[in-house]
Amino acid sequence: MNLQAIKAIYVHEMVRFFRTLMQSFLSPVLSTSLYFVVFGAAIGSRIDQIEGVSYGAFIVPGLIMLSVMTQSVSNASFGIYFPKFIGTVYELLSAPVSFLEIVIGYVGAAATKSFFIGVIILVTAHFFVDLDIQHPGAMLAFLVLTCLSFSLFGFIIGIWAGNFEQLQIIPLLIITPLVFLGGSFYSITMLPGIWQTITLFNPVVYLISGFRWSFFGTADVPIIASLLAISAFTAICLAIIWWIFRTGYKIRS
Amino acid sequence: MPAIVQVSDVVKRYESGFEALKGVDLEIEEGEILALLGPNGAGKTTLISTICGISHPTSGTITVSGHDVVKNYRKARALIGLVPQEIALEPFETVWNSVSFTRGLFGKAKDDAHLESILRQLSLWDKKDAQTKELSGGMKRRVLIAKALSHGPRILFLDEPTAGVDVELRKDMWEIVGKLKQDGVTIILTTHYIEEAEAIADRVGVINQGQILLVEDKATLMAQMGRKQLRIALQEPISAVPESLGSYTLEIAPEGDALVYHYDTTNERTGITTLLNDLQTAGLTMTDLKTQESSLEDIFVDLVKEKP
Ligand SMILES: Nc1ncnc2c1ncn2[C@@H]1O[C@H](COP(=O)(O)OP(=O)(O)OP(=O)(O)O)[C@@H](O)[C@H]1O
Ligand SMILES: [Mg+2]
Repeated sequence: MNLQAIKAIYVHEMVRFFRTLMQSFLSPVLSTSLYFVVFGAAIGSRIDQIEGVSYGAFIVPGLIMLSVMTQSVSNASFGIYFPKFIGTVYELLSAPVSFLEIVIGYVGAAATKSFFIGVIILVTAHFFVDLDIQHPGAMLAFLVLTCLSFSLFGFIIGIWAGNFEQLQIIPLLIITPLVFLGGSFYSITMLPGIWQTITLFNPVVYLISGFRWSFFGTADVPIIASLLAISAFTAICLAIIWWIFRTGYKIRS
Repeated sequence: MPAIVQVSDVVKRYESGFEALKGVDLEIEEGEILALLGPNGAGKTTLISTICGISHPTSGTITVSGHDVVKNYRKARALIGLVPQEIALEPFETVWNSVSFTRGLFGKAKDDAHLESILRQLSLWDKKDAQTKELSGGMKRRVLIAKALSHGPRILFLDEPTAGVDVELRKDMWEIVGKLKQDGVTIILTTHYIEEAEAIADRVGVINQGQILLVEDKATLMAQMGRKQLRIALQEPISAVPESLGSYTLEIAPEGDALVYHYDTTNERTGITTLLNDLQTAGLTMTDLKTQESSLEDIFVDLVKEKP
């Protein structure tokens, strides 16, 4: 294992994130605050409480998930796509590094960044609402697993993408709708009957529900289903990465 | 001495079906400077990329210091530094970070003193905190060289290092190449400039259309090139070389209206002055003088033309 190489990639990516510190970390703080103003104040004044939790607090886990998922995908996909685009990928290909080491470096860095974004949103939320996290351990575990699995997913997109359009199309067409329809801002029990059933096909529902359970102890779906969902998603991403590796991956011509 | 890089019957077919290397055999000796010459599209970059791991050979084998570049890629690649033909740098990254990154990728622990000495050698030390996008093209090329040297490679590939580089930097570069050679580094460079190959290479290889046409010691090539011809046009055609000129290697041109003198520029005396005096004494009137040299360029052009 070339640990120096993993470290080099990781540090390189983190430096890149910190170079765009404002954009990386200020924008989630700003957008979270805006969500609180718009959803919390405007809608929250009408929806008093959901399952015994004030609406402002209720949307916090969903907000964190929304940012963490989209940030993981966009950071990890860009991280590996950019060297392909500007040609610096020659270094990765001619260095004594394995595909696995490249994955660990890039995915690790992207996951770290989104983890911090998640924490920043949580802290920001504290200024707006009272939060009493019931299961901090589970909360952390869900957050870390989500950061990792969605960064893996982003990495796959970055390897696959041949241009910037392809790079953005999946996050735009799949991730964002699934997250918005996944119960970030409402409980799926509030939906009319048939929609509740349809919603259960959205994998993001399970993640957000599990994450919300770790905050408030209430969930839309059983917590075990949430755990299975996040594990399955991680496993699928790992399998795809393994498959890409076995079949020769697209960064080498 | 076993070759440090051994390329055996390597074929590279791109996805498009195009065969860029058609069974290349090449042995690179440890410590030598090998210049690869060839026209655009000859396959120079493809050959280098295949040795360095940027693409895999379709068939054939490549070993670096005995390690197969596909099966034992870690050991093979650890010995190699590559300066690519195209400048590719992350625009917002600083010079220092960029060079450190490469060193890390090659599995080497941080060594600031080593990096500093490389950057100083390449006159990049005062630019170490500059972002690469702020550098001129020549400086960017230096950064690429610094990156390639950051992990102390035993073999250095320079793919057209002097394309778009001014005289000053070119000189600097040859100085660095000379120093590396002294340290025992094997250097392979591609170029379109024949003078460049003449100036620094130990051996010269010519590649065209995916095939190596010749690999020869520069000294041997130079011996062929050192020869020059002096063509002396005469007013009156002659049928035989006058006896008084018998000591010179002279030929009569087919039409008899000129004499051709072969001489060696590497000799201390070419004999031209005495020949011209003796011609006059022999009563021959000269109307024109023309010298022609067989340069590496001629050899190169001939080789490349032969196989259309
Ligand atoms: N990725 C690719 N797919 C298909 N064909 C390619 C690819 N890369 C190079 N080629 C073709 O392979 C041949 C050799 O290209 P290569 O870049 O090795 O030439 P070169 O000798 O380095 O030329 P130059 O002096 O212009 O740099 C060319 O005909 C080129 O068009
Ligand atoms: Mg080339």
